[in-house]
Amino acid sequence: MLALRDVARRVDGRTHIHPTGLELRAGGFNTLLGTTLAGKTTLMQLMAGLLPPSAGQVWFGGRDVTGVPVQKRNVAMVFQQFINYPNFSVYENIASPLRVARRPDAEVRARVGKIAELLQLTPFLARRPAELSGGQQQRTALARALAKDAELVLLDEPLANLDYKLRESLREELPRLFADRECTVVYATTEPGEALLLGGHTATLHEGRVTQFGPSGAVYREPVDLVTARVYSDPPINAARVTKADGRIRLAQGVEWPAPAGLADGEYTLGLRPHHVVPATNDRAGVQVDCKVLIAEISGSESVVHFELDGLTWVSLSHGVHGFRVGDRARFALEVDRGLYFALDGARVGG
Amino acid sequence: MARIRLESVRHSYREQPASEADWALKRVDLEWQDGGAYALLGPSGCGKTTLLSIVSGLLRPTSGRVFFGERDVTDLAPDQRNIAQVFQFPVVYDTMSVYDNLAFPLRNRGVPAAEVDARVREVAALLDLEAMLPQRAAGLTADGKQKISLGRGLARADVNVIMFDEPLTVIDPHLKWRLRSKLKELHQRIGMTMVYVTHDQTEAMTFADQVVVMHEGAIVQVGTPIELFERPRHTFVGHFIGSPGMNVLPCEIEAGQARFAGVPLAAAERAAPGARTEIGVRPEFVRFAEAGVPVRVARVADAGRHQIVETHHGDTVIRVLLKEGERVPGENARLAFDPAHTRLYVDGWMAGEAA
Repeated sequence: MLALRDVARRVDGRTHIHPTGLELRAGGFNTLLGTTLAGKTTLMQLMAGLLPPSAGQVWFGGRDVTGVPVQKRNVAMVFQQFINYPNFSVYENIASPLRVARRPDAEVRARVGKIAELLQLTPFLARRPAELSGGQQQRTALARALAKDAELVLLDEPLANLDYKLRESLREELPRLFADRECTVVYATTEPGEALLLGGHTATLHEGRVTQFGPSGAVYREPVDLVTARVYSDPPINAARVTKADGRIRLAQGVEWPAPAGLADGEYTLGLRPHHVVPATNDRAGVQVDCKVLIAEISGSESVVHFELDGLTWVSLSHGVHGFRVGDRARFALEVDRGLYFALDGARVGG
Repeated sequence: MARIRLESVRHSYREQPASEADWALKRVDLEWQDGGAYALLGPSGCGKTTLLSIVSGLLRPTSGRVFFGERDVTDLAPDQRNIAQVFQFPVVYDTMSVYDNLAFPLRNRGVPAAEVDARVREVAALLDLEAMLPQRAAGLTADGKQKISLGRGLARADVNVIMFDEPLTVIDPHLKWRLRSKLKELHQRIGMTMVYVTHDQTEAMTFADQVVVMHEGAIVQVGTPIELFERPRHTFVGHFIGSPGMNVLPCEIEAGQARFAGVPLAAAERAAPGARTEIGVRPEFVRFAEAGVPVRVARVADAGRHQIVETHHGDTVIRVLLKEGERVPGENARLAFDPAHTRLYVDGWMAGEAA
């Protein structure tokens, strides 16, 4: 288990990581989700011992490892800017941690073969990194990290430079690959969809602060605050000011509905994910609004429509293909029973 | 502006191409209408970058001709073709202001100062960059910088086509939405021919009116996003488009009727037995039912707005898409396929449509 105890990082008086407490269990995927510069890479470097914390302690396997340099820890890392041994073949690159550990040849062959197959590198095993495409080099770096029997595996956006379809299959395979190992895996990504599909746990990061940590589905569905909801939403969550009074929630002139239990009168921010805003059909419940279409996109199986409501741009994401055209007027149903309510300071309130 | 036409274009990076595999582009005939929004979609190594380089003039094709309108441009250098390109990494002069960045290509061409000023302000307005004009480009976010790269192309009045080569790769997802919508809106407003090269199906499908899907140096299908989703001509298109892609299952044909695992399936097409026959059905059109193909549920992945259920029938994997919160059966699960969306493929191609 990896534990951060009030770990903070300041550089020249600027806070890069606010005091952070985090306990990551072995045997599962732990995803750090946040935008570029949210602090994901810094946090990983603190975990690995590549950077010293300005305050707090890093514990690993019941031991305080705060001052222990990365070479003395059993850590495997893959960064977006991948690194390979230029003079080694792909085979020897993948095999290198096994060679260091003096594993027998037969085992090296078997493990390298299996990992190369998984990452679709088998045809390139004899080549040198310089003879590979960027994606193949990245896969080689990833393969080497998988070959090493590390206790802590840090993967910093390892799929970012890969083809869409390969990313899709690796997203499925990676958690499987680590499922029966006793190591702690930390995976950084900017993509909410990826964090969800990897399963396991998610820590959402925003401006150097972990805003929430828990099972991925729970953080996604029950964010503690608006920042977390925004970090964990793609397309961006719709957020609009609403007023609660007389037992009703009011969004705009004539757009209102019964308030959920437990909300005091006052102003709130309503958060409604794009797939809970859908084209209105007769059999659909929800609060219906009549709007002007700003942008209509079809991605094959899904339609994305941007429309304007009360001065704000809303995004609707729905299954199937809808023939909306820019400038059309259209009716959308807001599935307000799926809405999240946030106090004006950002904290989520109500059920 | 111009219509762009490629006639029997082939390209090999080898001096003496011997086998079919030596051709990076096997044979391409393609026409892009003036003012259209096109995407060139395919995995790494499919030939899309080669094709792009041939259009922009960075590569001269081994054979075949390239036309802009009626003019044969095959032998023209890139700077004579009046093409604006936006690359993966923004090309921005960090030390210059946003204004000077946009003005740069115009000043280079000796455009009078008053006209430069008018164009720069017009382009800045299109891209919501007006407030940033005096700022130094160095301080901008990645999407801001990418807008400048695009703006420099738009500033020139003589551009035939704007080509985007994986322009959103370095952009964060929440900014991707913004920039992609902006590109789409821009196309609808200025109506300039745009070609967008990507391996990302979502980017291709949301941007383009027509998507050109490439595979192993050849075009396998040109179609609207809806056509590619509903009627993939080739199993590659079915697999590549959609996330997860189409289920492709081996099947037998008996009296024109496709059977998988002994279960007769209604497909939209009928076919005589071929060398290799397969059924294609997207996860969106598979559902759990009382009767049908018996399967074992192997894994359920939570994708937020839906669940991706991986089921196994023997060694064959069949994926099913369920709504958020919909129940996944435990024992004795069976699958039914929507007949209107079940396609039959013979040797990879949709029955009735040969290569």
